[in-house]
Parts: sequence; C-alpha cells; structure tokens
Amino acid sequence: MAEIRVDHLHKAFGDFIAVRDSSFTVGNGEFFCLLGPSGCGKTTTLRMIAGLELPSSGHIMLGGEDVTFHRAAERDIAFVFQLFALYPHMTVRANIGFPLKCQGMPKAEIRASVEEAARILRITHLLDLSVGGLASGDRQRVALGRSIVRKPKAFLMDEPLGALDSEFRHIMTGELRTLHNRLGATTIYVTHDQLEAMALADKIAVMNRGVVEQLGTPRDIYERPVSLFVADFIGSPPMNFLDFHGGLRRGATSVRLGEGAVIVPEVHEDLEARDLVLGIRPEDVRLRESGVVRGEVFGAEYLGTTQIVTLTTGHGTLRARLPADTAVRRGERVGLEFRPEKLSLFDRSSGRAVRTALLEGAPHG
Amino acid sequence: MADVALHGVTKRFGDLTAVSDLSLFIRDGEFVVLLGPTGAGKTTTLRLVAGLEKPDVGRIAIAGHDVTKIPPAGRDVTFVFQQYSLYPHLTVYDNLAFPLRSPLRRVSEAEIKRKVGEVAELLRITAKLDNRATKLSGGEMQRVAIGRALVRQPAVYLMDEPLSSLDAKLRAELRLELKRIQQDLGATILYVTHDQIEAMTMATRIGVIEHGRLVQVDTPREIYENPANIHVAARLGQPGINLIPRELFTEMPAPNAATMIGVRTEHLKISKSANAAAKGRVTWIEHLGDRNHLHVKVGDNDVVTLADLDAGLGVGDDVAIEVVQPLYFDRNGDRITA
Repeated sequence: MAEIRVDHLHKAFGDFIAVRDSSFTVGNGEFFCLLGPSGCGKTTTLRMIAGLELPSSGHIMLGGEDVTFHRAAERDIAFVFQLFALYPHMTVRANIGFPLKCQGMPKAEIRASVEEAARILRITHLLDLSVGGLASGDRQRVALGRSIVRKPKAFLMDEPLGALDSEFRHIMTGELRTLHNRLGATTIYVTHDQLEAMALADKIAVMNRGVVEQLGTPRDIYERPVSLFVADFIGSPPMNFLDFHGGLRRGATSVRLGEGAVIVPEVHEDLEARDLVLGIRPEDVRLRESGVVRGEVFGAEYLGTTQIVTLTTGHGTLRARLPADTAVRRGERVGLEFRPEKLSLFDRSSGRAVRTALLEGAPHG
Repeated sequence: MADVALHGVTKRFGDLTAVSDLSLFIRDGEFVVLLGPTGAGKTTTLRLVAGLEKPDVGRIAIAGHDVTKIPPAGRDVTFVFQQYSLYPHLTVYDNLAFPLRSPLRRVSEAEIKRKVGEVAELLRITAKLDNRATKLSGGEMQRVAIGRALVRQPAVYLMDEPLSSLDAKLRAELRLELKRIQQDLGATILYVTHDQIEAMTMATRIGVIEHGRLVQVDTPREIYENPANIHVAARLGQPGINLIPRELFTEMPAPNAATMIGVRTEHLKISKSANAAAKGRVTWIEHLGDRNHLHVKVGDNDVVTLADLDAGLGVGDDVAIEVVQPLYFDRNGDRITA
C-alpha cells in the first residue's frame, strides 16, 4: 500500500483545460473522494493517476516513486470501473483469479490468493458457481474480488456504483467502506454524488471547472465551505443563501439583514460595502416568534423523523429541517432564528467565503 | 375533479399476475402515491385506470361511473409519462395549448390563451412561452409536460414517475411545486413511483404495492410509524429501519411470536459500556453533515443509529443499546401489535 501524491497536475485537451494545476496528497490507507459535477475534471484526474491519460504538466508520485510517465500496467494500481464487468461463462473462482493467471502466477498460489480474497468478501460459498446465476450484489462482490486479488498499491474507482438504483447503492456504499476498513488500501474514488462521498471518504476534494476548490474531511467541508459552489454542492437540501448588501468590519459579530441584526461568527477581515450572502444549513434554522428574519411557509415535506419546510423570505427562499411533529401551515408567517456559531458568509461576486471565526477555526489538511 | 375506485382488479400477462385483486378508493382531491419496487405492478395499475389495459377481473369507476369497458378517450383522464414528449417544432405556448385545440373540444382561442397563461403562471414558465420546446432545460421541459396535463381539468391525473428523469435538485423543487399545484387545483392525482421520498413528501395517502398486491394504504406518517409488515417497514425511512433478531435482546419483554425487532435509527440509544452490559461494537461513524450515523455490530447484524458526536464514541468502542419504540414482527414478517 502507498501514498499517492499529485503535484501541480495540469491537463489540456486543445483549448479546453480539463484539470488546472491540481495538487493533493492521499495518505497511505486513506479513502479519498474526488467529488464534483460532470465535466469538473475528476475523472480526468483519476485517469492520469491510473496512467490512462498523460498530463500536460505536473507529477504523480506513487509510494514515493515518480510514475507520471509510466504505463498503466507498470503502476501496480487496480482500476475499478463499473463493478459489473465479469466473464459470464466462467466460474466465480476463474473470474477472481483471472488477473493472476494473466500475470503467469503458479496455480497453487492463484488458488490461495483467490480463496483469501473470497474470504475477505465473504463469498467463499460462491466460488464454484457460474457468475451467470448470481444476484447483482454478489456479482459486484466478485468484481471487487478480481481487483483486490492482485493486492495492488492502490485502488482507483470511477463511479463504481453509478449504475445501481439508490437503495442498493446505499447498501453497497456501506460494504465498500467495510471492505476498505478491512483492507486498509489507499483508495481514490470518483463520484458526483455528495452523499456517497460524505458517507465513504476520510477526505474529499471538491472539484469545479478543473480546480480543486476545497480539500478536507467530510465534516470540514460540510461545516466550513470555502465557496458558494462547495456550500451549494454539499448537503441535501443544500445550504440556504440569503442575499443582503453591506460592508463588514473585522471583529464584527453580527450582520444587518434588512430589518434586524443576525449574530454570526466573528468576522476576521474588512470588506467594503458589496453584495453579500448569509449561508445557513437547513438544520440550523428554528422557528421563533422573536426571530428577526420573517418568512412565509411555502410548503412542508414529511420525511419520517424530520420534515423540510420551505419558506419565502425577503432575502430569498429558505429550507428548514425541523422535527416532524412541528405543526406548520401553508401561508403562515413565522419568525426564523439561526444557530449563530454555524453561519457562513460569502462575497456574492467572487463566491469566496468571508474569513470568520468559523472558517478559520478549520483544521487545515 | 372526481373520485376513482378500483374494485378487486386483477390483471395477468400470460403466466404473470401483474396486479392481484387490488381494491383502492381515491377520494376527490386526494393525492395518492403507489410506492413499490420495479415490477410490483404500479404502472400496470395506472394503465388500467387510464384504460390502456383491460382488467381480467374487477371493475374500475371514475366519479361513480363504471368505466371498465370504456376506451381511454372516454375516461376523462390525463396521463403524464416519465419521459417528457413535447412537440419540438412548436413553442411552449403551442405545446401547452395543444390538448385544448383538439377538434373534439372546441375551445375558443381567447379561452385557450387564458388557460395557458394561468398554467404557465402556476409552473413559472411564463417568460418561456414563446421559446421553442427544444430550447428549454430538462426541468423546464418536464414542467411544460406537466403543464400540458394541467391545462385540461380531467377527472383524474395519472402520473408515472414524472420526476425520475430529472436531477436531484430539480426533482426536489418540482416535488414541492407539484404538491402545491395539486392543493391549489384540488386535483385528484394517482402517482406512481419507486422513490420513497417522493411518496412521503407528496402523498395524502401512500399505497405500498408488492408483487401486484396492495399491502398497506395509509398516510405517510401512519405508514412510517405503524407499518403493517416488515417489507413496508423496510421500504420507508432513510437510513432503513434496523431489523434485529429477537434473540439478541432476550432481556427485553416482547410478544411470544416475535422473531424480529424493528427499530428506527432515532429510536436506538447508545452509550459507552465497558462491562457485560455491552451489546455491540462501533464499527464505523458516517459523517453526513446534518447528522452522523453510528454503525454498530450486534451479533452478526449491522445496526445504524443517529450519533451525537459530543458523546465521545469512537470506532472500536463497546456500547450498550437501549431500544425506545420497538416494532415486533412474527416469522412471516407480519407486524404484531401488543
């Protein structure tokens, strides 16, 4: 197993810059997610690490060795695409052992390796069955078995669960993480699904237009987004943005939102008057008659334990996650209160987060 | 708008029974969602109401009139499909006006203009009325498709996963809008989906359907809190309900016939325990932002609970588990109410 370091990686296809000067390090044994919308450069980054694409400039280090221009086969990395690509006419055993057979490994060793992989994935009882008759979950385990049997330095996975329906995807997410905990293999995982990334990753790199916008633990990225893009991309429903106009002074602990003052984490920079955005996670909103921001209930969506209540305010639409037993009526006017220590501020035109006690309290990594 | 009644409807395709002895009464102005996995018989039920399929057994009535033998055109229903099918060469306005311009209906142009304007307002596509249909985004196209259904006031709207081709964000927006529009119009809607969130958030009542049979029909809250059987319990709620074999909680009083205990994530209380009271071990903490899920291994079972990070629990810790509102299920998976 190994550390993967990506250093000033850059990739252009003609005029189009797919990946722009990206640097990050994936620690040994870490589960690392590249997350972003389609076209953000995450798959291109992964393909360069795999050796399926050559960078325009920059370096890739695998376990301390510069592999930037090594061929894919020389990198000792297992690439998992869709988990379903199996040889239908072979048994489970033959499918898992196939990569070793190609390497010319002696039969006895193949047998031992395959059995170990099967044990890790708990599919020993399936080894001598044909893959044709397997349930989709088992087929996926077999496909995983084929990639772990080689004991590569790292796993690269490109939306491996993309083709599954949402319920099954959730189950497989759990299994993938359990497998990772057991193997401890360095893994880079590409997805556009923020919930999947949050659930799986030790660390997430959020990419946008070829650039890594933020790198951090799931909790960091959720609680301390560095840009409007990240704040909007993570979370379901995403962060609420209330627009307002004003300047900010270093040391300020509140902002004026039309009618009243909203308490925020201490501001750490001076900003001239401009368009600003107050960012509030749905679970940090409470209904309080005394709240300075007023809203009208647009609709409520029951989710079992909680409900999502959509409100219209003078500063934009806002969604609140409230306990399911809170009674709200459509059209009702309510006061809104926010958890002060959890609020983010952004500069509307640049999209950048304003430096505050919350943002700067973030551990860097 | 009108009510819809299905009386003991069965539909077979060769050896396959797609819908089996299904009875359902949809009240005037009600939003009923049929929820079930692929192949459960949801779409067939919808097509039976539309008249696109004929039942082998049973009767269907709309507004009290037996329509079992009446062809689709005579039923006064409007169908919205999963894939929006707009006329690409027409403007949004003409797409919306199309159903009203049918020679059978004889609606005046002034009246068409009024109706289309009203619907466009409702769906917030007024600014796009002069655009070609092909110039719209996916979400706008689906809104036009829904709008085309809304310009008419049929007895009932039938919708087959109309939001499933949209991305998550847009789906969330349209969910709320559709529910609002339904309330504003007092429309009767029969809606089919495999997405539990859509069912929970929009339905007046949910009908859970499995293998062509209607297993439970009730309000979202009642189905979530009082599921009729283990399948219904597992179908609603995210993350899914924890199902734990009864024998792992021998000290807990439970009905004799109970073999499985179902516990919602929020009804499990976890505390650190070093002694024999320990029930399980923390295997993984999932930080989902708005909440954290603690995965605990209990015997051979994985149990998911909501975790308070300040409780200081970590991976590898032994924990005691307290169950707050257990649901009991017997050998057949049926619910036992004490």
